Amino acid sequence: MKENVAISVKDVGMRFNLNQEHVDNLKEYFIKLLKRDLKYNEFWALKGINFEIKRGERLGVLGLNGSGKSTLLKVVSGVLRPSTGIVRTRGVLAPLLELGAGFSPQYTGRENIYLYGAVLGYNKKFLDEKFDEIVDFSGLGEFIEVPIKNYSSGMKSRLGFSIATIVEPDILILDEVLSVGDKKFRTKCEKKIMTMFDRGVTVLFVSHSLEQVQRLCNKAIILDSGRLVAHGPVDKVARIYKNMTD
Amino acid sequence: MDIKKYIKNFLNYKYLLYELVKKNIKLKYRRSYLGILWTLIEPLLTMMVLTLVFGTLFGRDDRTFPIYVLCGRLLFSFFSSSTKAGLKAVSGNAAMIKKVYVPKYIYVISSIISNFVTFLISLIVLVGVGIVLRVHPTIYILQAVIPIIILLVMSLGAGLFLATLDVFFKDVEYIWSVATMLISYASAIFYPTTRVIGTGNAWVFEINPVYMCIANFRNSVLYGQPMNIEYCVRSGVVAVCLLVIGAVLFYKNQDKFILHI
Ligand SMILES: Nc1ncnc2c1ncn2[C@@H]1O[C@H](COP(=O)(O)OP(=O)(O)OP(=O)(O)O)[C@@H](O)[C@H]1O
Ligand SMILES: [Mg+2]
Repeated sequence: MKENVAISVKDVGMRFNLNQEHVDNLKEYFIKLLKRDLKYNEFWALKGINFEIKRGERLGVLGLNGSGKSTLLKVVSGVLRPSTGIVRTRGVLAPLLELGAGFSPQYTGRENIYLYGAVLGYNKKFLDEKFDEIVDFSGLGEFIEVPIKNYSSGMKSRLGFSIATIVEPDILILDEVLSVGDKKFRTKCEKKIMTMFDRGVTVLFVSHSLEQVQRLCNKAIILDSGRLVAHGPVDKVARIYKNMTD
Repeated sequence: MDIKKYIKNFLNYKYLLYELVKKNIKLKYRRSYLGILWTLIEPLLTMMVLTLVFGTLFGRDDRTFPIYVLCGRLLFSFFSSSTKAGLKAVSGNAAMIKKVYVPKYIYVISSIISNFVTFLISLIVLVGVGIVLRVHPTIYILQAVIPIIILLVMSLGAGLFLATLDVFFKDVEYIWSVATMLISYASAIFYPTTRVIGTGNAWVFEINPVYMCIANFRNSVLYGQPMNIEYCVRSGVVAVCLLVIGAVLFYKNQDKFILHI
């Protein structure tokens, strides 16, 4: 991978097995195995995806529902291993996918900051230092001592955003992140992301708001049923996408 | 295979492991009034009940019978609760696994370790009851470490194995709970082995590695005897084999987990 490339996606394909009747118990499995009836309905959510993002570039990912955008982001962030091809990334990754999910519901906000921070690979010292900043940014105030199960979904997203962006990442992966939370928090998030942009972070950005993509990104791609159909400067790609969707 | 790289990678996650262990223990006792004291009270109460039922009813007036029961109960409940937690470790952390990449074995190891920690705490009860019933420890008490470690390795192996199966087949959970019950009856927890051996069914113990660990533990803490070397070797071999099988099965399938949970 060249020195100035932050993300390289080479020939990536992601195959899911969409079994019509999901075989998840042993009896059925053995009966079907004996009858040689184990059908898997293969489904390629991504196929033959190739692109590179240079350091400091901000790539918007456009596409209709189910076109494979979230899948692509999960593959890049390492949560999903691609069925074919390879993904390489350089530097510290901050994946912001499904913000509210992944917390432990019985745990309080405070405890979740440490647990979730540990999952993201931070250490205790770092979290101790940044704790106040995280709570401040989330704006949760006293709710930080309340179990997460009593949070609203917006509150969970705010906490998730605050924890995930406390590092100074080299690569930021955003999946419809700026569409959660109230207007006030959205503005705050956007501001924070902008300051990261100024520091030259590389961004992979999914949003259904074309206006937002044009404002925040300089490059874009379009996914259509798992295939990359357009790649280039954001304004050009946005025009193509507009024609596709109108 | 680059072992050094694996170990280094593992050490990167030691803080996460610590947090997960802490979470498992904390949540287990959260909202209970006595909290972590239950790790002491519960084995004590079961010991009393089992002694009352099986000791008094069957006319055993052996002074140390409560300790006999307690040894079996403590070790067995570590085995059963840790394998049960290991079984659920991957499917139970689905939300996390789907969001952030972390080596998935961390979830299994953390659930085994949290049960191991509560097990170690509960050994305090054994010390207390031993003092009350005036058991005189001998130097062989140091050997108690060995069956404990063997049982830990066995639980880890079984945990990895079961966690993998549980991702693909939900019925593993029910099968395992029945299997655990069977193993418990075959582990001489609350009855003396002579009863079973007397009926010509000694093979039950000879094929049960959990029993072998319990027997060796009793040898060292209760009877003050050296270990039964044969039991030690046999259960040790089973433990290592289970760990290798569990780890390989887990490793080979871990990339598929996310598609099924
Ligand atoms: N775990 C899975 N198992 C099977 N199929 C899946 C899985 N995850 C995603 N898919 C399929 O992959 C396709 C792409 O899904 P993906 O979530 O990437 O779409 P998306 O572009 O993010 O859509 P949206 O705009 O609605 O967020 C969908 O058809 C979906 O059904
Ligand atoms: Mg999506």
